Amino acid sequence: MSLTKTERAIIVSMWGKIATQADTIGTETLERLFLSYPQTKTYFPHFDLHAGSAQLRAHGSKVVAAVGDAVKSIDNIAGALAKLSELHAYILRVDPVNFKLLSHCLLVTVAARFPADFTAEAHAAWDKFMSVVSSVLTEKYR
Amino acid sequence: MVHFTAEEKATIMSLWGKVNVEEAGGEALGRLLVVYPWTQRFFDNFGNLSSASAIMGNPKVKAHGKKVLTSFGDAVKNMDNLKGAFAKLSELHCDKLHVDPENFRLLGNVMVIILATHFGKEFTPDVQAAWQKLVSGVATALAHKYH
Repeated sequence: MSLTKTERAIIVSMWGKIATQADTIGTETLERLFLSYPQTKTYFPHFDLHAGSAQLRAHGSKVVAAVGDAVKSIDNIAGALAKLSELHAYILRVDPVNFKLLSHCLLVTVAARFPADFTAEAHAAWDKFMSVVSSVLTEKYR
Repeated sequence: MVHFTAEEKATIMSLWGKVNVEEAGGEALGRLLVVYPWTQRFFDNFGNLSSASAIMGNPKVKAHGKKVLTSFGDAVKNMDNLKGAFAKLSELHCDKLHVDPENFRLLGNVMVIILATHFGKEFTPDVQAAWQKLVSGVATALAHKYH
């Protein structure tokens, strides 16, 4: 599965807007993830996951920054996320189902903040893009 | 069986009251067909599904979307007995329509995203969590009679 030119253009152009709220979007995405899918908290026993926690904010920023890296190298996502891919495969070992959950929560966050931009076409492009990102991150699992 | 707190029920019902079922239904089904094109397999007789705009403007998609979302309204009225409420529809989707239950999960998530675009800030993480519970419960109820 690879992104068409049109899909890449949509992602890159929307990222411009998303980047201006990157940190809060990251935090909100994680809040949504932990509330809708409580089982995902099992990966963060060492975190204070209360709304507004510094750790939540820091981690949300990290996640969105990584998505941003993928957007900036949208023609070579595998290259851009190579280190993260190894991290997830050998250290974090987050079960692959969770990437869909996180992706969904990111899309909900973006949809809520940019409803006019989040058309059916944009929705499709983002869903596909996050699917590619998830594939890259789980590529080295076995 | 999924259990809803009084708060979750209130959250769900309050939002549902503001949903334009006809519009949202068409949008939900349309987005399902756009974002997950393989779901078009169930709608060969719907005419032009060749592009996102064709799909979103397709009158058959809108009509069927309205039907689907109207039926979803039954879920909101029967949160304590989703399996009972959807028993007949479950049999229909298995025996006559032959729909893989995975499609119910896909549609449920598309609905959540539409609610997010319509309600923006109001669609807080807490509100989303209640709705994820509902769409998941409906998907399970619709799959319950499969054999």
